Order: sequence, then structure tokens, then C-alpha cells
Amino acid sequence: MTERVRRLRAESLSEVPRISAERASLLTDFYLSDTCAGLPVPEQRAMAFSYILENKTVYIGAGELIAGEKGPAPKAVPTYPELCCHSFEDLRVLDSREKIPYRVPPEVFRIYGEKIIPFWQGRTIREEILSSMTSSWLDAYNAGVFTEFMEQRSPGHTVLDDKIYNRGFADFITQAESRLGLECDQLKQAELRAMIISMKAVIRFAERHGEKALVLAEAQTDKVRASELRRIASTCFHVPRNAPRTFAEALQYYWFVHLGITLELNPWDSFCPGKLDQHLFPFFSAETDAGTLTRDSAFELLECFWIKFNNQPAPPKVGVTAAESSTYTDFTQINLGGVTPDGLDGVNEVTFLLLDVIEEMRLLQPSSSIQVSTLNPDSFVLRAAEIIRTGFGQPSVFNTEMVIAEMLRQGKTLADARMGGTSGCVETGAFGRENYSLTGYFNLTKILEIALHRGFDRRTGKQLGPSIEGFNSYDELFSGFASQLQHFIEVKIEGNRKIEELYSRYMPAPFLSCMIDDCIDKGLDYHSGGARYDTSYIQGVGLGTITDSLSSLKTHVFDEKTISMDEMLLILKSDFQGEERTRQLFLNHTPRYGNDDDAADSIMKSVFMTFFNAVDGIPNTRGGYYRINMLPTTCHVYFGSVTGATPDGRHAGKPLSEGISPVQGADRKGPTAVLCSAAKLDHSLTGGTLLNQRFTPEILSSDEGMSKLVHLIRAYFRMGGHHIQFNVIDSETLERARKHPEEFRDLIVRVAGYSDYFCDLSSALQSEIISRTAHGEL
Amino acid sequence: MKNLGLIFDIKRFSIHDGPGIRTTVFFKGCPLSCAWCHNPESISAEPLDVFHPSLCIKCGRCSEGCFSGARETVGRWISAPELLAEIEKDIPFYMESGGGVTFSGGEPLLQHAFLREILSLCADRGISTAVDTSGYASWNSFESILEFPDLILFDVKHIDPVKHLEYTEVDNRLILSNLSKLISSGCNVIVRVLVAKGFNDDRKSLDDIASYLERFKKLKRVEPVKCHAYASVKYTDLGLDPGDFVPSEKSMDLFKDILSARGLEGG
Repeated sequence: MTERVRRLRAESLSEVPRISAERASLLTDFYLSDTCAGLPVPEQRAMAFSYILENKTVYIGAGELIAGEKGPAPKAVPTYPELCCHSFEDLRVLDSREKIPYRVPPEVFRIYGEKIIPFWQGRTIREEILSSMTSSWLDAYNAGVFTEFMEQRSPGHTVLDDKIYNRGFADFITQAESRLGLECDQLKQAELRAMIISMKAVIRFAERHGEKALVLAEAQTDKVRASELRRIASTCFHVPRNAPRTFAEALQYYWFVHLGITLELNPWDSFCPGKLDQHLFPFFSAETDAGTLTRDSAFELLECFWIKFNNQPAPPKVGVTAAESSTYTDFTQINLGGVTPDGLDGVNEVTFLLLDVIEEMRLLQPSSSIQVSTLNPDSFVLRAAEIIRTGFGQPSVFNTEMVIAEMLRQGKTLADARMGGTSGCVETGAFGRENYSLTGYFNLTKILEIALHRGFDRRTGKQLGPSIEGFNSYDELFSGFASQLQHFIEVKIEGNRKIEELYSRYMPAPFLSCMIDDCIDKGLDYHSGGARYDTSYIQGVGLGTITDSLSSLKTHVFDEKTISMDEMLLILKSDFQGEERTRQLFLNHTPRYGNDDDAADSIMKSVFMTFFNAVDGIPNTRGGYYRINMLPTTCHVYFGSVTGATPDGRHAGKPLSEGISPVQGADRKGPTAVLCSAAKLDHSLTGGTLLNQRFTPEILSSDEGMSKLVHLIRAYFRMGGHHIQFNVIDSETLERARKHPEEFRDLIVRVAGYSDYFCDLSSALQSEIISRTAHGEL
Repeated sequence: MKNLGLIFDIKRFSIHDGPGIRTTVFFKGCPLSCAWCHNPESISAEPLDVFHPSLCIKCGRCSEGCFSGARETVGRWISAPELLAEIEKDIPFYMESGGGVTFSGGEPLLQHAFLREILSLCADRGISTAVDTSGYASWNSFESILEFPDLILFDVKHIDPVKHLEYTEVDNRLILSNLSKLISSGCNVIVRVLVAKGFNDDRKSLDDIASYLERFKKLKRVEPVKCHAYASVKYTDLGLDPGDFVPSEKSMDLFKDILSARGLEGG
């Protein structure tokens, strides 16, 4: 690490996240000025975007090699009041809560009070969404049957491909202009004009950084720094207008695109450069050959680039409670390895360079993944495993062949599938050409609870689903569950459709649209079906808990008849009070998922297929389709908190199982049995599954242990697994960290699809992670 | 009559009992009674009821069956085809890693007929096999299985017969003679030496072991194994004193040095 990087990294780590009212204020000024009155919405949005970029603070920090910040300075987080407007109470909670606080300066309170709240209250998308939902939607939402992603953040879950590395914006503008010349439809004309405005805005935004760099260079007494600043200036005058010529220009170009897209709206999940090793390799190789770049200088540039991501905490939510868990992570996931678009081994020298960067930076953001293909060398997987062993949950590990198979099943071309990868936590997508949005988590276990009560939710006291009679057999019970599931999927999707339409009508994203094929060619916005592929995901949560619960019902109520259904419901209602012995029976004498036991795994498969059949292939309003994936982020904790005791022996309110991992502690036959169970699910039917495994550091302390980890990964992928990730840490350390957070401030653990500081997690989540089975503990 | 074997555990993802990712099958019954035994419940050659106080929920209904796992019978009878089905489950992992199955114990050769049957079934399925033995079994029983295993993990504990008898309750001459025969018969043997405090962790004992093993030119590998304290709770559960046999890192390093000075690959 150079001195410069050491300092920038330390600053990024110590800087306290705080709310900046700059974007909100500029946006409000723009709409108050009425300059856009009467114009079509896309042009209004593009002009507002342009106004923000023209007037926001330009930041180039001391010693930085990559210019530009989303806020006026690192970790100063912009807000998006057009989507959701923070109330005074929200700001107070964010400012004062113990975990994941966002400091709110008095100035921000003042601006919010004087200008932002008065203007936006009553006009936000969030209010529009919540007021247009039906009572069945609202009841199910409040009961914790599902969550809704788009009430606070815009769709925009996508990743960039290679298009910016050989084309400049001038070229994209020409493309849009010639398309505009042929267009008769007024709405499309407006959209294309909006795209052109937004691209020009980003070019201008870059030039403002160039101007600032020149001013700083003039005032700079240190000649070396002055010359760096002049180089930054010439880069900012060159990209994004033109295609990048150098490694440094390629990184800076991407960064301006990143800032543009995350300032236009706050898309889920944070946009990212995708296959960065493959994109950068041509620049790296040409420049190192020519002698204009050394490995060390490329390394330093990449580390400066890494720190820029860490400077951007996730936009804080509204309507938050002090207790609610949250994260600063915004789910950027840079892909390494995998295959090239023509199907060859994608690992190159930059891949290893980036792995070195990941290891040395040890930052939450950006997160990273390796895409493991059978074509990739073991040296690549082993190098990644060495980093995994250091115990901060990065990089996560994906199966390239399965990711491609998933995309082919969804109807993508082979070339587009190979250009794709994974993003967010584990979600599959065709980079640069797909709109794939997570729309909400879906509480499978809660639905079983509702089915057991014939459509009634005990917690909210409401009849939420159809009142289906009869539990005379296990099959009858299961079909009751399937009917409830079908019902709630319909409710969820009906709501989603309205939300999709609201975004299409009121919140177009013309700049994002320029970056995703084929929005320009179609003259259609990203939110209106412009992308070549369009996928809406619903994410199933609690697969392990529902499997074990159904298995327990089947075993004890129907097969062995040791307990009647009525008794079971009473025991659950009492949360096993005075029934510890029965709870032990459920826990220890039930076939449970994660032990390679077909009796349990076949139930897992039927739950999964029921969910798949209820969702997959339903059209969305953008010409695409609904699909499923299996990931929870932290939602298994929230969903657990609204779900009563379950027949698997879980106490009321406790977290559900996460991803496709077994119930915490239910897997007793070691990691291979877990992987065999998980591989029985047909991963190709999903857009991603999430499997967490915990290992003790001891087991990976030798080279032999490391190579066995690589074999474990390769074997799971050979069996068709999508993803696996590891926490390498012993329970004792976690317990100590829980008791003495001050000594473990920098302890990073894998949560589910992302890593976070252990001490920043809610105590429920901390306990959940500790309770996961640790392989290697004796 | 169907030939059944008595086993007390099947451990998947076993990574210290031979190459690659393995499944280790623990046979019940052992002729030795080592003072530090990690599986004291495995010594008797019949199923054994044990009690784990830490799991007991004190429901007072033991006679109706224990659900919490506090009362447990260690050891179950299993047929070779049933056992094969368990072993086959991790074939993808064996293939990927060059692993296989290890038959350990207890002493697997106490049940040599059953061992031969399961080894033969594994061979038919192309599953690589290893046998982990104390070496204390008749040469006839060794001979009956020798055509099958790809690897023998052979424990050598001490060269001094008196000390060996004192701590394991058996004489070591049969063991050492079997080792010699196995090696000369061309078997692939790895010798494992468990180092236990107060038993063989002194320089002389370790030196004696190394110099004894040095004579076998065909012996490729000697693995020092550190005695650990993981089993202590099993002793307290059985109402026994676990003792303290964990050697120092210094003794382990010393042994590694002794081995490598004599040209024996260790580690």
C-alpha cells in the first residue's frame, strides 16, 4: 500500500456517514423554478439531472487519483425526495440511532424544514405507491408476508458491460440523434431527447472536474501533485466524451458513469462495472507493453478506485425505526474470472491484480466475487480461497456454467449470457442489456403459518388468505399451503404491476437507459421496457425453516401420529411453553434439510417447485417476466420476527433460515451433506441461490485444507450449485466480539450475500450468525 | 445369515484420514485401551448406552424415550450394502479431490469379515479405500483384506513394549511384526504416530520410534499426530478422568525434526 492509499483508505474508514441535502435541494430548486413546465416527463427528469450535475459540488480530494463524489465530499450521502422524503423524525432517528447512524447536520434539518419537506410531501413516489395498493396488499405487507423494494428505491438492478471501453458518449449521442431523426412517436422522441440531454450533462460534469483539477494544479506547490492534477484534468476533458485510451481513463470513465447513474436515481442495487478484470486487461496489457504503466501504478490506481466505492454508503431509508437493522453496504459486486464472451477462460493478469487489491483493501465496498468456470485454473480459485481464509467473507464464489445455464433457460443468447454474471447478493443478469429488479422478499414460512390457520394471521388478527378447510392428510395440508402461496403471489404481483407503471410514467431514468441496450435503439426508457431483457424477481426466504416445519408436521402429525394437529397448533401458539420435551422431539427426531436426507430434501424440492410454478413466466408490464431467486439479505431476521413458533422447533420471533442454507444448527453431517442437499434443488430454474457455510479457521490453516476447500467448491458446482460463500471464523471470536465490540470494531463477517462489520449488526443477526453450524468445530 | 457390522459413527468431509475429501466410518470395538483414547465409548464391541448431561432437559421422562439426545446408544448394526449407500453419497467430492472412504475405529480388523465385504463393494464401485488400524490384529485378518485398500494408515505408538502395555493394555510386538509384514508385502502404508504427553513425547521415545521406522526403505511417510483434548467431555460424561495428554508444540516440532533428520517425510 502506498502512503497515498494508506491515507485515503484511513480517511474513508474514519469518515462518518452523514446526510447531504445538496442533491435534494438542487432538485427542489429546479422544480420550483418552473423551467420545465409543460415538457414531457423524461425531459423534465433529464433537465433536473443536468441541473444537479451542473451545480453540485465538484470534489477532488488531496492525493486522489480518481475524481468525483456522489455527495459534496466522501460519505456525504445524497437523498432522493422525489422517491421518498425523509421526515424530521426520520432524520432524528438516523442521526441518533446506535447502529448504522447517519449524522444530520443542523443545516440539513433547516433545509429539509424550509424547502424539501414542504415541496415533496404528498408528491413522492412512495406515497403514490402506498396509496395505490389494495387493502389485501397492505394487509399482507403489514403482516410480513412480503416486502416491497420499490417504495424507497428505484428499480435499476443492473450492471455495466464492456460498452464504455471502446465508445465515447459523443458516439452514443450520435446514435441517439440518428434514432431521433427516424422517430415519429412523441413519447419516444421525448425519451431520446432526454437521453441526449443526460449524456451531455455527464460530459459537462466531467469537464467541471477537469476545470477544478486545473485550478487545484495552479495553486499546488508540490510539483508532483500538480502534474497528477493536470493529468486528471486531461482525463476528465477526454472521457466520457471519447473512448478511453489508458487504464486510468478507463477507470475514470466508469466512475463518471457510476456517479451519473446513482445521482439520477438510487437504483437497487448499486450499479457496478461487472467483469472489471476483462474490461481493463486490454488497457493494462497495451500500456505495460508500451512502458507507460507499471504493475505498481496500476495497483495504486485500482486501490484509489476501490476507495471511491467505500466512500458511498447506501442511501438511508425513510420510515425507519431505531431498532431496525440496516447496512451501509450498497451491494456493488465486482466479478472476476469466469469466461470471456467467446467462451474462453476469462482469468488474466488483472484478475490476480484485483485479488491483491481486494486482500489489501479489506473494505466492505465494493464487494467482490469470483466466477468459477471449469476452464479457470485452480491457481485462481486457490488465490481467492487465501483471501476467503482471512475471514471477511470476500470474495463470494459463483458457478459460471450454472449462471450461464440460468440465463439460457430464461431465453438469453449464449453471447449475452456469457457477458453476464452476478450482482447484488447473488442475482444473475445479462450485463449491459438487462433490467433485472428484485421486487420483494417473500416469507414462505409465514405462508405456512397462515395456511395452518386457514388463511388467518394471528399476529395482525386479520384474515389474509382464503379460508381453506381440512388437514386430513399431509397432501391436503401441502395443497392448502400451495393455494395460500398462489394467492399471495397474485397479491404481490398485482401490486408490482402498479409500481412498474408508476416508475414508467413518473420516474424515467434516461441516463441509465443510455447505458443499457437496447433502450436507445428502441427509444424506450429502462423503466418502460427499453432493455433487451427484462426480469422481475421475487425472492423466497426461509426454505430451510419451512422444509423442516413441513417435515415435522408430516412425521409427527401424519406418519407417526404422535401428536394431533390441534395439539400441534396449541403448542405453537404457546411457543412451546411447558413443552420443551416435544420441542426436542421436533428438533432431533425429524428429517431435516441439510443432511442429505431425501425424506427432508424431497419436501424442500416440492416447496421450491411450488414457489417456482407460482411465479415463473408471469409477464411483467415491461415485456419481461417474473422469475424467482432464493436469497434473504437480512430479511430472514425481519420475517422471523413476524412469524410465530414453527413446527421445526423454532421459537416465535427467532430468525428464519437464510438463503438455501439449512436451519442454523440443523445440519449435522458436515458440509458435503449440506451441499448434496442444496444441489437437489434445480438451480437453473432460479436467478440465483445463496448458500452460506461457516468454517473454523483451523480447518483452513494448512495448504491441504485450502486445497480441500477448492475441491469442495468445485464438487458443489459440478453438482449444479449456483453460489457458495464462507465465513471463516470461530464461535469464540464471535462471542467475544459481541461482548466487547470496542475490541472488534473491524471484524467483518459474511451476512447473506454481503459482508458487514459484525458490531454494526443487530443483536438478532449477530446471534443468528453465531448459531450457524461451523464445520470443523468439535 | 446376513453379515452385519457394528459401527458407531460415519463422518463425512473427513480431511485428516488420508488424501482428499473422505468419509470415515468408525467401527466399534477395540482391543486396545489407550489412556488418552479419543473415542472411549468405542472400545467395547457392543452397543453402549451413554448419557450426555449437557443435553439433558430434566423432563424426568427417560423411560418414555429421550428426545433431547442426552441418552444415546453408541453403536449400530449395519449391513455392507446399507453402509455402501452412505459412502456413495459423497462420490462427487471423492472424484473432485482424489478422496475416498477410510475405515477406522475402534479397530476395523476386529470385524475383518465385514470389513472385507465393504472393501470389496467399494472396490466394485471404484471408490478409493483406506484402513486406519491400531495394528493389533492377527496377521490372518490382515491377509484377508490386503487385496483391497489403496492405503493403510498404521498407528505406531511406542517401541518400548513395557511402556506400550502400560498405556494401551496390549503388547506392541504383534503390532510391529504386522507393520513389517505389511510393508514387505508391498502395501501402501502411512505410519501415524500419536504423540501423547508423558507417554512418548520425550526425546528418547521419539528417537526410538524414528530409528525403528527408518529401517523400512519402502515406507514413504510418517505423520505425527498431536493428542488433543477434544474428547475430555466424553470422559466426564462417562464418569472418567480425562487426564492430560496434550503434548507441547515443542515436542511436536522436536519429533518433526527427528523424522526429517532420518529422511522420513513428516507433517
